[in-house]
Amino acid sequence: MNHMNGNCPKLYEERGYAMKHELLMEFTDKQIEQVDELIRKYRTIPGSLLVVLEEVQKVCTYLPMCLQRYVAENMNISPSTVHGVVTFYSYFSTVPKGRRVIKVCSGTACYVKRSQDITNSLQQHLHIKDGEVTEDGEYSLEEVRCLGACGLAPVVMIGADTFGLVDPEKAEEILLKDKVEESHVG
Amino acid sequence: MKRLLSEALAELGYGGRISLVETDCLVSCRQGPSMMFLPGGKVYQILTTENFTQIVGDLIHKTEHPSSPLFNAPQTEEEIPDIEDIDFFRQQQLIVLRNRGHIDAESIEEYIAHDGYGALHAALTTLTPEAVIETIKDSGLRGRGGAGFPTGLKWEETAKYDRHTKYVICNGDEGDPGAFMDRSIMESDPHAVIEGMIICGYATGSTEGYIYVRAEYPLAITMLQKAIDTARDRGLLGRNIMGSEFDFDIHIYPGAGAFVCGESTALMFSIQGKRGMPRIKPPRSSEAGLWGQPTCLNNVETFANIPRIILNGADWFKAIGTEDSTGTKVFSLTGAVKNVGLVEVPMGTDLKTLIFDIGGGIRGNGKFKAVQLGGPSGGCLTEQHLNIPVTFDSLQSEGAMMGSGGVVVMDDTNCMVDVARFFTQFCVDESCGKCVPCRTGLTVMLEILDRIVTGEGKPEDLEELEYLANHIAATSHCGLGQAAPNPVLSTLRYFRHEYEAHIVEKRCPALVCTNLIRFDIDENACKRCGLCARVCPADAIVWEKKALPVLIKDKCIRCKSCIRVCKFGAIS
Ligand SMILES: Cc1cc2nc3c(=O)[nH]c(=O)nc-3n(C[C@H](O)[C@H](O)[C@H](O)COP(=O)(O)O)c2cc1C
Ligand code: FES
Repeated sequence: MNHMNGNCPKLYEERGYAMKHELLMEFTDKQIEQVDELIRKYRTIPGSLLVVLEEVQKVCTYLPMCLQRYVAENMNISPSTVHGVVTFYSYFSTVPKGRRVIKVCSGTACYVKRSQDITNSLQQHLHIKDGEVTEDGEYSLEEVRCLGACGLAPVVMIGADTFGLVDPEKAEEILLKDKVEESHVG
Repeated sequence: MKRLLSEALAELGYGGRISLVETDCLVSCRQGPSMMFLPGGKVYQILTTENFTQIVGDLIHKTEHPSSPLFNAPQTEEEIPDIEDIDFFRQQQLIVLRNRGHIDAESIEEYIAHDGYGALHAALTTLTPEAVIETIKDSGLRGRGGAGFPTGLKWEETAKYDRHTKYVICNGDEGDPGAFMDRSIMESDPHAVIEGMIICGYATGSTEGYIYVRAEYPLAITMLQKAIDTARDRGLLGRNIMGSEFDFDIHIYPGAGAFVCGESTALMFSIQGKRGMPRIKPPRSSEAGLWGQPTCLNNVETFANIPRIILNGADWFKAIGTEDSTGTKVFSLTGAVKNVGLVEVPMGTDLKTLIFDIGGGIRGNGKFKAVQLGGPSGGCLTEQHLNIPVTFDSLQSEGAMMGSGGVVVMDDTNCMVDVARFFTQFCVDESCGKCVPCRTGLTVMLEILDRIVTGEGKPEDLEELEYLANHIAATSHCGLGQAAPNPVLSTLRYFRHEYEAHIVEKRCPALVCTNLIRFDIDENACKRCGLCARVCPADAIVWEKKALPVLIKDKCIRCKSCIRVCKFGAIS
């Protein structure tokens, strides 16, 4: 992309400006600074796109189109390549997530222990569907692949806390438990 | 628990004499939280705040009187079992998991004290790379990642190419949902994996290693990173390892959640920062792998076996297991069994031993129905297969495979059509989309299965499914598509009657497929207890004392709560 604008610095500058402006509507100055830092660190390392995107997502929580374009431009990679990678891996999200992300495991061990019912019940309870965020931005719900805790199936994760042996009849109770646990931590 | 224990011990003045170490998964996950006391190997299960004081008493008693035969404090009623005496362990043989729970995974000293890095030392000082390869070849070790390719051959192949730089990759992607042995190994014995990789590097002439770990395993990443850093500090990684002039270093690469990235060529593309799409082989990775250079890729469990083989010799390893499948295999036993968890048994152990002796049989009053092996690439087997010894090759003809070692046991509450649909859905979601049979064929199969579970199946659907499945298996580009039809084919083979019940009788025998449940109350089976009416969230069941409940179908939201609480199976 850069090379196309190489002999027209004015246009390039304007584009860069527009891109930043677009970003500022979604993210803070500080976040963008951190993104710039990451790109500086990795841009010369071949094959580092995945790592950059993982780190950027940690900073910005999600990767909307404007951010993908920004990363592409500054890493000197085509936006389509970046978009291709972002949409290939399930780790990346192009939409915002809730403050606490609820991950219901839908791996085999959990599935045969009726994880489906847990998802359904949480969906009803929170009035959102798989992949959506509650109105207050508190929770978002995801169905994920095996969390590697199959011995405790069915498993649900909220944030970094794991809940095992969840009773599908009383799935919503883990939300209460989560509230209690969180307030303990402060 | 750990905090409580350490506080109590410190208070009683034993803080310095008894050390508390966090370990990974000790016994069966259902008996947790648990704790083992060394020396001796007594296991305390299901720790609670109530039995806690007693355990502290026990620990102190044993510390004061190390030789006392009486381990239990007098007030203990049940004897605390030795780790070897728990049924779950009696039939196991630990090679890969031998350090799990016995050493502090974060401490390189403890690993070294348990012969750690002894194999590396032996290899670097007394063996040539060729001799290492010869030993591994002779041991008969086959890859634990699923395909069972002879590890020694792979190493020899990579060693053959005289090019700089060569790579060693450890595949810690563990995509099979329902399997978690690699995670456990990486978390509880990270140095064993690292040692195996360094030895592989030495044998193949590689200087750089990557460990590709799923992003879903943050703890494994932390543990491995710590282990790599301490190993580097000790001169076990980096330049001139143990003064041998051999250089090797390892980097961790966190994956980003794509099942297909477990496939070797896709994994390498992923490390190069691209979409993880498999490519046609040949050339094999051992010739042109990561960045086009010769690359040797093995699974976590494969690497963890290496130090033991070098230390104990090929003959020791060969003596375990069967002729064609030597050594042990770690299975992750889950589903409807009593004892779920990781089990390591010699190759050739039959399913009955796994499920009934070690797993303790079916939990509750359910009846064994099927066992699913090998994840989305494997198949379902039935009672008639329980006596077959499980090896790399023994299950192929029956339509299943050992795969990475996921064993999911199912009882009569699981619908086999639904299970087949589940795996097909998984493969549709995870298909990389590169080839048509896998991308489109599987989607069509899923549509048919969806029709069947919602009650719109047609009799000719079964033949159509079989036709598609065979074509997809034969023409897909990579292992994902080639194996994806297995769950459908194997259930069609052994549970055709369930498919037919769905299609012809419009009935789901296991009462799983919601659309096919009529919610009829069987007058004869019903004991008129009224439990169903009490749990119904939609008030759709009307019940008066001693009368037959009446289900108002317009109000029913088909949540199945009533079916689950009915002890007499009267609603169907
Ligand atoms: C779709 C697909 C997924 C795979 N997933 C994994 C995996 O998660 N872990 C793994 O070790 N091997 C996986 N494999 C097998 C690898 O391609 C490769 O055979 C293996 O890692 C080689 O190591 P080994 O020889 O030590 O078994 C997968 C293969 C396919 C086709
Ligand atoms: S299947 Fe849910 S944790 Fe493994």
